[in-house]
Amino acid sequence: MKHFADLFEALDQTTKTTAKVGALAGYFARATTEDRLWTMALLSHKRPRRTVTTTLLRTWAAEEANLPLWLFEESYHIVGDLAEAIALVLPKPEGQSTKSLSEWINIIRSLKDETDEVKRETITKAWSVLNHQERFVFNKLITGGFRIGVSQKLMTRALAQATGLDENIIAQRLMGNWTPDETTFERLLFEEKPEDKLSRPYPFYLAYALDLDPTSLGPVADWQVERKWDGIRGQVIIRESHLFVWSRGEELVTDRFPEFEMLAESFPKGVVIDGEILPWKEGNPLPFQLLQTRIGRKKLSKKALETAPVILMAYDLLEYDGDDYRSHPLETRREKLVAVVNEVNCDALKLSPLVKTEDWLALNEERKKSRAHHCEGFMLKRKDSIYKQGRKKGDWWKWKIDPLTIDAVMLYAQQGHGRRANLFTDYTFAVWDGDNLVPFAKAYSGLTDGEFKEITRFVRQHTLDRYGPVRAVKPQLVFELAFEGIQRSTRHKSGVALRFPRMLRWRKDKKASEANSLVDLKGMLDLYG
Amino acid sequence: MPLIEFKKEGLYVPAADVYIDPWRRVRKALITHGHSDHARWGHQQYICSHHSKPIIKHRLGDINVHGVAYGEELSVNGVKFTFFPAGHIVGSAQIRVEHQGEVWVVSGDYKTEDDGISGTFSPIKCHTFITECTFGLPIYTWVPQQQVFDKINHWWSTNQANGVTSILMGYSLGKAQRLLAGIDASIGPIYTHGAVEQMNAVIKTAGIPLPPTKYLNKEVTEKELAGSLVITPQGATRSTWMKRFGQVSLANASGWMQLRGARRRGGADRGFVLSDHADWQGLNDAITATGAETVYATHGYTNVFKQWLDSRGLDARVVQTKFEGELSEENSVESSQSDKLPSDE
Repeated sequence: MKHFADLFEALDQTTKTTAKVGALAGYFARATTEDRLWTMALLSHKRPRRTVTTTLLRTWAAEEANLPLWLFEESYHIVGDLAEAIALVLPKPEGQSTKSLSEWINIIRSLKDETDEVKRETITKAWSVLNHQERFVFNKLITGGFRIGVSQKLMTRALAQATGLDENIIAQRLMGNWTPDETTFERLLFEEKPEDKLSRPYPFYLAYALDLDPTSLGPVADWQVERKWDGIRGQVIIRESHLFVWSRGEELVTDRFPEFEMLAESFPKGVVIDGEILPWKEGNPLPFQLLQTRIGRKKLSKKALETAPVILMAYDLLEYDGDDYRSHPLETRREKLVAVVNEVNCDALKLSPLVKTEDWLALNEERKKSRAHHCEGFMLKRKDSIYKQGRKKGDWWKWKIDPLTIDAVMLYAQQGHGRRANLFTDYTFAVWDGDNLVPFAKAYSGLTDGEFKEITRFVRQHTLDRYGPVRAVKPQLVFELAFEGIQRSTRHKSGVALRFPRMLRWRKDKKASEANSLVDLKGMLDLYG
Repeated sequence: MPLIEFKKEGLYVPAADVYIDPWRRVRKALITHGHSDHARWGHQQYICSHHSKPIIKHRLGDINVHGVAYGEELSVNGVKFTFFPAGHIVGSAQIRVEHQGEVWVVSGDYKTEDDGISGTFSPIKCHTFITECTFGLPIYTWVPQQQVFDKINHWWSTNQANGVTSILMGYSLGKAQRLLAGIDASIGPIYTHGAVEQMNAVIKTAGIPLPPTKYLNKEVTEKELAGSLVITPQGATRSTWMKRFGQVSLANASGWMQLRGARRRGGADRGFVLSDHADWQGLNDAITATGAETVYATHGYTNVFKQWLDSRGLDARVVQTKFEGELSEENSVESSQSDKLPSDE
């Protein structure tokens, strides 16, 4: 465990990419193959199943530290991270341990069907032989969520350094739903397995938001323009009469979308389509919330299928007749995609329509009408671009519409987690309904660290009431909130639900009384809902 | 009438008509230590420890200040005042107040580990103890300072071997001198920011030995700096002052660095947990040793700390003061630049 704890500390101590890759590569070169595999799993957010509840962990930590539970809870709120809070309050260790990362993980996993007494004994015994950093990591293994600023890309680069394998090959082999139980380090990285090959998706190509004047992109004729749909980016794979649907989060979601089942038999030799999974009815997309509700359900009911049927809005063709098509220029891929979609002739597979235009100016005017098409703006793709992997600048751009905005009053504040622990960063906002303030949205992004600090000071000095970690504050601060869409909601007191609300800016120039009202919000609902 | 009242001007001893660390202008002020939230501008007369005197004069200019020795009894209207070392920074004191057999102690800020330059804190028996609790939560437990200095020395040596300049941030009064006193000065040359250099000079006049340092003026070149250690207040590192340093490693030395979130938010490469305040154990031990039955918590995590002391059978109360605790991390950046905002680290 020491090696892994050291790695964690090294990664935590730097923000420099090269230093992180160096630390990781060094670790991968040294660690045992079991530890390597588990480290890769943890950094890919594949943590072992939780075998001990956090309630039990809190109770035992407080008891070991000889603290009343309420005091531990208060401390935890300040730290903002349970694994760290536990590591900080525990008494000094009595010994040390030479067990490896994998050994500790196996110990944690072996607790699955044990009694609480056995769990307790195992966990407290572990705490007594681990140092602070090791305890923190150990607790993280139980509670999950290794956020240490290591992206998949970064890990892939480090593995390439340590193994000498090609980065792109590693990226592709790491995709999908492997678990450390079903594979080994050697098999995962060095072996090509036929059944994996069948279901394996391609890494998605992602675009950055356009941050420059579109005219600087050259002639508009060089670009393919599509609408930017608001659903779930997905990849539909048809190989040897099998169908696989992957979401962008690298989750295999085939069984969530029976609408695509009939595609399985359509192309015997293999076709892979990149597109957007959208709830769709009578020629129009439905609100994203409906899709979210459908995915959230454990069992897919007949009613859900009727309320929110889905389609795949096809963007791109990555494989045709079993051949990797990604290095063909977009124009060629599009031509083939059109042919494929027409040939299948299935209601659940639609071709993403192109937006024709004469010049950038006209295109910009059209873009502003996106909301009427239930879209978020445009996607700009260079016609001669190959299909790259990951987020890359240059050939593909998101050109989104400006968000909707509203001025709202801060009502409640809560401390953040992780990097933002100890700062009040999560706020609840309200608008006026007559003389009352009605909460309607929560937001926690969009401000600078400096502003968060300033607001934290305000919150501490203007707390009216406390509800656990939540503080009711004097309704005084006004923020301009931005959001992508607005929907009617029966679950919220205000009657509306916003899509992706965030703080655009702090309106220091406005008094609380100058914030918008529920009438304004309902007006937006009528216009855009 | 209680021996000490909490008035809008500050802590007030009515029987002697004096204040302790007042935040509004008063006639006579007893000062625990030189930090700006305790020693404020505008009083007619200041009384503080001998070591504090040059510090306060340096910060507040031409003031009427009287120095007393630790342990020396000062009598005002029959009320006896005695200053004892608080271990917080050079010259810091706890103030014992005795009148008609009743004893109160005002802790000011304190730490229980002896840093070699700030005097040795020892608890004083009293009926009522007015204490800080900046780090009054069980998550704040310090490791012995030598372990921290070993880490700092190792960080500096490693940087030096790579030709990297080590920049260590700490408040110009207190932390900077503690770092200098604890660090292995034989590793290489130590440069200081102007605010630190001036404060060092003042503190040396109080008879406190510090290792030799060089003022980091405009003439010092990047080449000379490579591998050296620079001690600077937090604020300076965001200014253009630092831009010319070449390859640097930036570190923060503060009790707040105990939490991973604060370390990462600080934007420094390293965070060393080194505080001039008592940790959780220190606060608890000190309070127990005073034998006080009534405890006032003035700044820090006061509400939680009060509840904890109550559960241990003490009569604990929270008192609102203008002393900074919880916010000092946020404020230290600005105060080291302007020296206007209070800070205790």
